[in-house]
Amino acid sequence: MVYLLRVLCMLAFVVLAPFVGGLLSGLDRKLSARMQGRIGPHVLQPFYDLYKLLQKQILVVNRYQVMLLLSFLVMVVGTGALFFGGFDLLLVFFVLTTASMFFVLAATVTNSPYAELGAQRELIQMLSYEPMILLTAVGFFMANGSFKGVDAFTADLPAIVKLPGVFIGLVFVLTIKLRKSPFDLSTSHHAHQELVKGVTTEFSGALMGVVELAHLYETVFLLGLVSLFFISSAWWSIPLALAGALLVWFIEVLIDNTSARVKWNQMLSSAWIITAVLGGGNLLVLEIIRMLS
Amino acid sequence: MPTISKSPWMMHYDGSSCNGCDIEVLACLTPLYDIERFGVINTGDPRQADILLITGGVNYHNESVVKQIYEQMPTPKVVVAVGICACSGGVFKDCYNIKGGVDTTIPVDIYVPGCAARPESIIDGVLQAVELLARKQTEAESATAAEGEAQ
Repeated sequence: MVYLLRVLCMLAFVVLAPFVGGLLSGLDRKLSARMQGRIGPHVLQPFYDLYKLLQKQILVVNRYQVMLLLSFLVMVVGTGALFFGGFDLLLVFFVLTTASMFFVLAATVTNSPYAELGAQRELIQMLSYEPMILLTAVGFFMANGSFKGVDAFTADLPAIVKLPGVFIGLVFVLTIKLRKSPFDLSTSHHAHQELVKGVTTEFSGALMGVVELAHLYETVFLLGLVSLFFISSAWWSIPLALAGALLVWFIEVLIDNTSARVKWNQMLSSAWIITAVLGGGNLLVLEIIRMLS
Repeated sequence: MPTISKSPWMMHYDGSSCNGCDIEVLACLTPLYDIERFGVINTGDPRQADILLITGGVNYHNESVVKQIYEQMPTPKVVVAVGICACSGGVFKDCYNIKGGVDTTIPVDIYVPGCAARPESIIDGVLQAVELLARKQTEAESATAAEGEAQ
């Protein structure tokens, strides 16, 4: 029964995530516009954009670009599917890292100076958020006694009770992963881009569509990861998890609209300090409590 | 079905403009005019743009740049010349360094005159460009369909 449910969850992610992600992205743009005193585009705008991109002419700069970007998409979908199937969080995060590497490679093979500089910044971004992502997996192990996402449903208390520091740290690096200001160094959805389009400069037409689609999947996966902090064996933890994920999403949009982009060294140092102090400190306290009891 | 009309991404290039028209182009993005409500994104990347918006005339230095940007854009694409200098060269027409309007270098589809062009007329020009884009896409699709039938 549980296995069937897990398979259904995986399938639901693969089929529904683009729609949920697209709607969230559309609401994001509408909300951002309202925060800036504008009317903003239609809520379904991300779908219009995606549909257009998939129909436009593709200008292939390097033929390996296509293979690498498709691998990126498959890996991102795989990451989310493994996560929503309740598999080992370490496995999920390693697949996510592999996906990012394919993305960086797809940008580097184009030989464009803008894309290469964007790819280098993408690598620095990965360097900034990876430690926190790994600590999150360790945190779940210490809170639930297992790396498996599905075991959160048998816990007495939501993981956030034991992992408040890890949660705040994850929300901090989520800004990098969701490509939001102040950490949208490698590429940005906004016009304020000094690197043309950074890492996505040389992707045109359907190739850019693949990148956008992967981003929609990634958004849903990351918000899923946030909601895992609220899951416990109680039934009310599921609406709580949804509300928590939506609240974090709103905070991310607010941060995006109220902050300017920082330099890469500020991003790296702030992300690592937050990781060490909040993430590491939280785990240390958990370990001390465990030893004392 | 032409899908491009709902998501026209725009790229702005400053030829040899005096910055008057450029400021008006940027004004289109502000809360008062908010061109993004039509789905327009001001992108800096020719590879992802559908509309090329050029302000100012073309000079002998940036002629190759304008050509290159045009060639880097995937089809279907539309060029909008904003301001009288981009349309015909304007008061700089007879300058030794000015080649003339944008149409001396690349094909221009929509002309938006004015010195400087008002945001209202720029938005009007962009929306006409959007209609033209949709027409170009439909034509391209029917051409491919006809080709398929012929084979």
